[in-house]
Amino acid sequence: MNALFDILLTASFWAAAVRIASPLIFATMGELICERAGVLNLGIEGIMVIGAFSGWMAVYLGMGLWGGVFVAMLAGMLFGLLHATLTVPFGLSQHVVGLGITLLATSTSYFAYRLILPEVTSPPKIEPFQAVEVPYLVDIPLLGPALFAQTALTYAAFAVVALTVLILYRTPLGLAIRAAGESPNAVAAQGLSVTRLRMGAVIVGSGLMAVGGAFLTLSAFSSFFFEMVNGRGWICIALVVFGAWRPGKALLGALLFAGFDALQIRLQQTPIGQAVPYQVFLMAPYFLSILALILMSRRAQVPSALMVPFNKGER
Amino acid sequence: MTSISSGAQDIVLRLDRITKRFGALTANDAISLDLRRGEVIALLGENGAGKTTLMNILFGQYTADEGSVQVFGKPLPPGNPRAALAAGLGMVHQHFTLADNLTVLENIQLGTVPLWRFSLKGTAARAKLARLMNDFGLRVDPDALVGSLTVGERQRVEILKALYRDARILILDEPTAVLTPQESEALFDTLRRAVKAGLSVIFISHKLHEVTALSSRVLVLRHGRLVGEVATRDTDRHALAELMVGAEVTLPSVAPGLPGPALLTLRDVTTRSMGAAPGLKSVSLALRAGQITGLAGVSGNGQSALSDLISGLLTPETGALELDFAAAAWSPRAAVAAGIARIPEDRHKTGTIADFSLTENAILETYAQAPFSRNGLMNWRAAEDHTRKLIDTYDVRCPGPSGPIRQLSGGNMQKLILGRVLELGPKIVLANQPVRGLDIGAITYVHGRLLAARDAGAAVLLISEDLDEIMGLSDVIHVMSEGRLSPEFRRGALTAAELGLWMAGQGFSDAA
Repeated sequence: MNALFDILLTASFWAAAVRIASPLIFATMGELICERAGVLNLGIEGIMVIGAFSGWMAVYLGMGLWGGVFVAMLAGMLFGLLHATLTVPFGLSQHVVGLGITLLATSTSYFAYRLILPEVTSPPKIEPFQAVEVPYLVDIPLLGPALFAQTALTYAAFAVVALTVLILYRTPLGLAIRAAGESPNAVAAQGLSVTRLRMGAVIVGSGLMAVGGAFLTLSAFSSFFFEMVNGRGWICIALVVFGAWRPGKALLGALLFAGFDALQIRLQQTPIGQAVPYQVFLMAPYFLSILALILMSRRAQVPSALMVPFNKGER
Repeated sequence: MTSISSGAQDIVLRLDRITKRFGALTANDAISLDLRRGEVIALLGENGAGKTTLMNILFGQYTADEGSVQVFGKPLPPGNPRAALAAGLGMVHQHFTLADNLTVLENIQLGTVPLWRFSLKGTAARAKLARLMNDFGLRVDPDALVGSLTVGERQRVEILKALYRDARILILDEPTAVLTPQESEALFDTLRRAVKAGLSVIFISHKLHEVTALSSRVLVLRHGRLVGEVATRDTDRHALAELMVGAEVTLPSVAPGLPGPALLTLRDVTTRSMGAAPGLKSVSLALRAGQITGLAGVSGNGQSALSDLISGLLTPETGALELDFAAAAWSPRAAVAAGIARIPEDRHKTGTIADFSLTENAILETYAQAPFSRNGLMNWRAAEDHTRKLIDTYDVRCPGPSGPIRQLSGGNMQKLILGRVLELGPKIVLANQPVRGLDIGAITYVHGRLLAARDAGAAVLLISEDLDEIMGLSDVIHVMSEGRLSPEFRRGALTAAELGLWMAGQGFSDAA
């Protein structure tokens, strides 16, 4: 028990939690925007891979770090466009298209990696985003180093949440997106195009997912490995449900999950960690997340038209 | 076409020879009509006559194959809802186009502010909405979530939505289908105010008394063609019904039933509520042999709980259900075996399996019994013979017993369901909305069969939202509101307006 308190009282634990949460926050917001418009985007896992790869490769080939983020976003939006074209105007199964996009984007990344770096055994490193301390705020005990000594991309992740809230709940565009996921007939009857709204949401959401992936290579690990996204996309799908399709709650969910993850890494090094097989610790965040999901999502308001293709003139 | 002459400058909407085909079917065949300022016209026709198709063309959801539309003298570009809205057309759809997760105000604002503007301008919108509510007598809380509103309130939102966009022409598609008589009266009042304010109204309906109460002209559609245009004051319901059906209409004269003993009795039954639908609240009811018991009420007030209970899908939490002739049945299969005939509310979802053949659908309840099944193997020959017999006896118009039932019209589907359950010689007939969405011919047929079942000694429970149906057919009437059951009223004891008050929840002893 003491070991646990010791961990919870160290600033580095909280800083790690926020860092681990950052890619999840980007991708969760991306998924949330897609689903609020009525499209389940299971391409998320692969789009994160292509984001991680293309951002890193762009920087390796000589672009700036922000250039890398931009390239990652473009790559994500491209796969988003493919997903949106197949699921929205063509109305194909969102499950099948999403999984297809994940397989396609992942293998495209690996393929391109081998094409560009045929002889390389260990992937080259890039110079990643450095932590930027916010003056004064960083001196707040515990919270300061956790929140205000992060990289620019982490700050951007929080800004994206704020922006998502603002757009979804305070602008006409957000109103239309929320209506498109609930009752596309209402949107069409008001003379708006459900197709355009949904395609736009999927493209922008996919761009955010890719930035989440790029965080891994440009801010966290400074290099690209196979399997590095490692199911984070699927976690984000669960986080959207956990957050009941609300950006604020989804942010909380991402921080909670990341907290569990940071905790298990540290617990492995304590005396408990010697006694218990480390796989139990690796499993813990997922197990706890499932528990939290069960408790939280009972009364969730699922967008009524989620996964329902909209065909003009049909009722 | 003879049109009642008036100044051409008064014409706000003109349809010129609109034709729309779906494959081999001509849904609209060269339909022309004029609508003048401050006028209410009624568009009358049976289901499938082409009313809704015509309005969807007008509103840009379909594109006409031929013909043109002019609004205020200007041609309306086809297939463009936005242009229709901008031209001043406002549509109140039969199935509301509202998003449940948004508030009333948000639903109304949707699409009225350019998408890329960075504010919703709530204050100005609120003021405009308040003024409209006041002018047209449409009260509803602008901050309520639409998902929490009653059907009547939702319709008010739908009308406000059109008015908020400064619609000059209101089109209402079957607006009273889901309203109590009082709510309908309030709607008519709103429409009269709208007309006084210079708006024009197209009122789509198949209910004759509403058509005659509100409109100045009636246009009748049949099989996609405009078959008549009459001034309302020069016609009567009987003449309109004949125009609509295209043949002499003889409504069955209903002789009173000869009530026998109670076959099914509910004593103080309470059931759990399911989601938004209330459960039963200490309901006592007796269904007598040889009698039709009508159950009136706005849907969603506990009718499904009652029908699930009798079908064996639901057990009472407290209280008792007793059958006079068998042990109480607590599973659907036991209910069928006990002789309860079920005509489900939604014949597409629960009454039939769309992709199954007529034969498979005809034996859905009895497939496990001889002669359809012996020693665990299906006898399809027996099943098909049985289905052929049903098709003949119940006048099911279809290509044959082996095609999928989804190809049948609603009326023919319902006839097959009737045959399926009535051929078993049931003790109790549970008819839940048996004629919803059917045309007059099919309605007459279904009602005739229900009366015949009654006269053969069955206890019939008729659940319906249509007061005309309840009052025309039932020997005794109950009203349901929020899970409570009114006392029993003899046929003719209450007027429609009095029943409407009960439907609105007044008169119950524990009324909140």
